[in-house]
Amino acid sequence: MIALELNRLSKSFGGLHVIQDVSFSVMAGERRLILGPNGAGKTTLFNLIAGDLRPSDGTVSLEGKNVSRLPTHKRAAQGIGRTFQILTLFPKETVLRNVMLAGLGRSRDRWRPFGSLDTDQARREEAMDILGSVMLDHLAMKQVSETSYGEQRRLEIAMALAQRPKVLLLDEPLAGLSKEERKGVEQLLLALPRSLTVVMIEHDMDVALGFADRIALLQNGKLLVDGSRDEVIADPKTREAYLAN
Amino acid sequence: MKALFALTAAVAATALPFILPGPFYIGIATQILAYGLFAMSVNVLAGYGGMVSLGHAAFLGIAAYAYALLVGAYSLSPASAAIVTLFIGTAAAAVFGLIALRTSGLSFLMITLALGQIVWGIAFRYTDLTNGDNGLNLSPDQALVVDPFGLYFLCLAVVVISFGLIAVLFRSPLGAAIKGVRDQPRRMNTLGFDTWALRYLTYVLSGLFATVAGILYVQVFRFISPHALSLAVSSEAVLMVIAGGIGTLFGPLLGAGVVVLLKNVASAYTDRWPTLLGCIFLFIILAMPDGLLPGAKRVLRNFLRVFNIGTRDSSHLAETQRAK
Repeated sequence: MIALELNRLSKSFGGLHVIQDVSFSVMAGERRLILGPNGAGKTTLFNLIAGDLRPSDGTVSLEGKNVSRLPTHKRAAQGIGRTFQILTLFPKETVLRNVMLAGLGRSRDRWRPFGSLDTDQARREEAMDILGSVMLDHLAMKQVSETSYGEQRRLEIAMALAQRPKVLLLDEPLAGLSKEERKGVEQLLLALPRSLTVVMIEHDMDVALGFADRIALLQNGKLLVDGSRDEVIADPKTREAYLAN
Repeated sequence: MKALFALTAAVAATALPFILPGPFYIGIATQILAYGLFAMSVNVLAGYGGMVSLGHAAFLGIAAYAYALLVGAYSLSPASAAIVTLFIGTAAAAVFGLIALRTSGLSFLMITLALGQIVWGIAFRYTDLTNGDNGLNLSPDQALVVDPFGLYFLCLAVVVISFGLIAVLFRSPLGAAIKGVRDQPRRMNTLGFDTWALRYLTYVLSGLFATVAGILYVQVFRFISPHALSLAVSSEAVLMVIAGGIGTLFGPLLGAGVVVLLKNVASAYTDRWPTLLGCIFLFIILAMPDGLLPGAKRVLRNFLRVFNIGTRDSSHLAETQRAK
């Protein structure tokens, strides 16, 4: 089953064509890598999928349903989760509360004007489970601003997982990490359940190529190559556009 | 600890009029409560919602004018007028919110200023309705309560109820969502929260509390003029919130207390009390940038740490165990 489908997707800012006629589909459970040099339009593509930007043309479909017209929060409700290249956490809150708040987004409880988020035992247990899966449960009550950058990167992923997404968009999850921290996040990525469809932008080739089933290579906003990992690596256009750099 | 502090404050506030030397001082305490509620409404918007408005006095003024006109020109009973005013003020907030929330940040500040100035202009120029600069007076029988004691306790009851509602709301999942939108709107949107709706709800709620403050205002002064809707009143309320502690429960009340006391006490001794007020704000911003309440808490914490009093095991590991 196709989990995510982009059909002739385009985005222009005035005369600047950032994404041009990009089409590809991602099967359910697939690990898809988006490659491309800086300025290729990778993050813009994520913003179009997540709903932060409206496409100039073309459509985004989630499990066959056109979500192009839906705002970001409704796409999240439909099952699109994402992380950001620049961390967007709640630094003054605890690690646990960050994940609890993320889980609240898919619940009707988010409109409940009484009670307390902190005493919601079911949500707390669920958040602790997710923190356990990203190896952050020992830091649950620590304030986010007191954690390391690597831990915050993992928390970013934990928050996206708390949404229980169908399609998870990971925007450079290894950016800025030390070699040690990269190993931890790499293990975490490899341990993600196969039921989850993952689309990832990453520049660390060792990790990215080991993770991906299929790769889409972008250059100047256009889809240059789309295929299995081996096909894309072997394609001369890939070497010319990206790997040669 | 917070609940104990709130209870102590409520008991002290109940005992206050019996301790104060006369009606003049009870009047000042009542003004603090009315302005305190107005500052609380600004705090809902700015402190919890992250939207600073320079036109919030519009709701205070609309409520006060609506009440005065309803009991005057439309001869409604004070209680009925208060209820109808609540709807009028909230409806005004609902309409203004639709306009103001098309923007954010500095543009939001400017559009709220513009909306506030429009309402001020109507109050000033539409003399057939508002009596212009001369304002509208309330006769004693048009007020909800006339007796200084009764008025004080009415304002206290309304402030305590509003305080309780705000405390419950911002402890709740909805409150957590509103504060989340304040801190990380993009993340909240991605997590499935409708950030526009949450902001709009915050704006209307804030307008509702400002409306209640406006009803109290017109009871306290029994007079309403365009001055109550002016930019000076809106910005003063923002200063009350910043001085007391933005995003805190007690801070706005504390800030209102400082401003109203300075206005009433210092103005008895010098005409230059606004200069004094400015100097005090400057001191607060420099010495306690988070406001008086968080600043006082910090000083107390440092004091306790220096003298090693009441320090506790703050190990996050221990707390994590408890969380598990």
